[in-house]
Amino acid sequence: MQFEATDTVEEREFMDTVWGAIYKLYGEHGASLTSLAPISFDGVSKRAVLRANLTVVDNVRTAVASITSISGKASAVHVVAVSGTIKGLREKTSA
Amino acid sequence: MKRTFADLHLRPNSTDPAQMAKLARKASELGYKMVATPLPPTASAEEIRKLKAICSEVGLDFVSRADIRPRNQNDLLTLLRKLRRRFEVLCVLCETKEIARQAAKDHRVDLLCFPSLDYRKRFFDRAEAELASGGAAAFEVDIKPILVLEGPTRVRFMSTLRREVSVALEFRVPIIVSSGAIETLLLRKPRETALLASLFGLTGSEALDAVSTNPTDLVQRNREKLRPDFVAPGIRLIKKGEDC
Repeated sequence: MQFEATDTVEEREFMDTVWGAIYKLYGEHGASLTSLAPISFDGVSKRAVLRANLTVVDNVRTAVASITSISGKASAVHVVAVSGTIKGLREKTSA
Repeated sequence: MKRTFADLHLRPNSTDPAQMAKLARKASELGYKMVATPLPPTASAEEIRKLKAICSEVGLDFVSRADIRPRNQNDLLTLLRKLRRRFEVLCVLCETKEIARQAAKDHRVDLLCFPSLDYRKRFFDRAEAELASGGAAAFEVDIKPILVLEGPTRVRFMSTLRREVSVALEFRVPIIVSSGAIETLLLRKPRETALLASLFGLTGSEALDAVSTNPTDLVQRNREKLRPDFVAPGIRLIKKGEDC
């Protein structure tokens, strides 16, 4: 995922925002189905890799698309690529 | 076949070309190929040419669009007569039921837009959809309110949209999903926009059509009609002269 923000963003703030967006749209039950977990986060290049359950990956993408601010800083998050493996992801993003 | 994605409702400050350039660059980066921004009905051909140039610099096809906010039916008819041949897309902002009904049955209207968030002031019901299905108008939905609203207001808005979209699908009224973005941070990738459209009841392919096929077909059809050699759908003037 690539995020844009008007200020620097910490990993904790980013993850709280993603979880918040999922709660808001799909509730606690929906959030529990995602098995969401951070794999990597780079605040400088503003890129993050998240793991999510394949069956609800579209729900996670929708929730992420609905983010407009991270800790009060105007932001937008775009999904760059989705892959089943980290290796596949690296290949897709470097292509 | 690869889809051509379009966002027919970018809303930069019309007096600021720099903001338009910024939005156009971002839209191009995100994967759009065609964009439109509502222009005032008084916009000159020169202004439209400038915007086309700004967009073509970043590889975008600019579509001239006018949003009309008529006071009554007569006003609507006058504006349609005046503007139809000047703009590629005409959108009617339906603020009263009378205007919504007249706009839905008029073949010169391309887009029906309901700007109010209050469900009592949105008139896209079965009667409206039936009229629109006989005309040529599409139902336009902006994604921006879904992004900026929160809590019960957003819940109510999504519920209203879900009802309207189901009526539109039932009567085969084309649905066009646009961003309504006033700044770059409110722009989303076409596939993300389509996913957000799934929140109000569009399936995967319907949502993708709403950001690609439906808007591009509309623009193509209108461009065809605006050509000087156009006679009727499927009929073009090939040669003119006494020996024909």
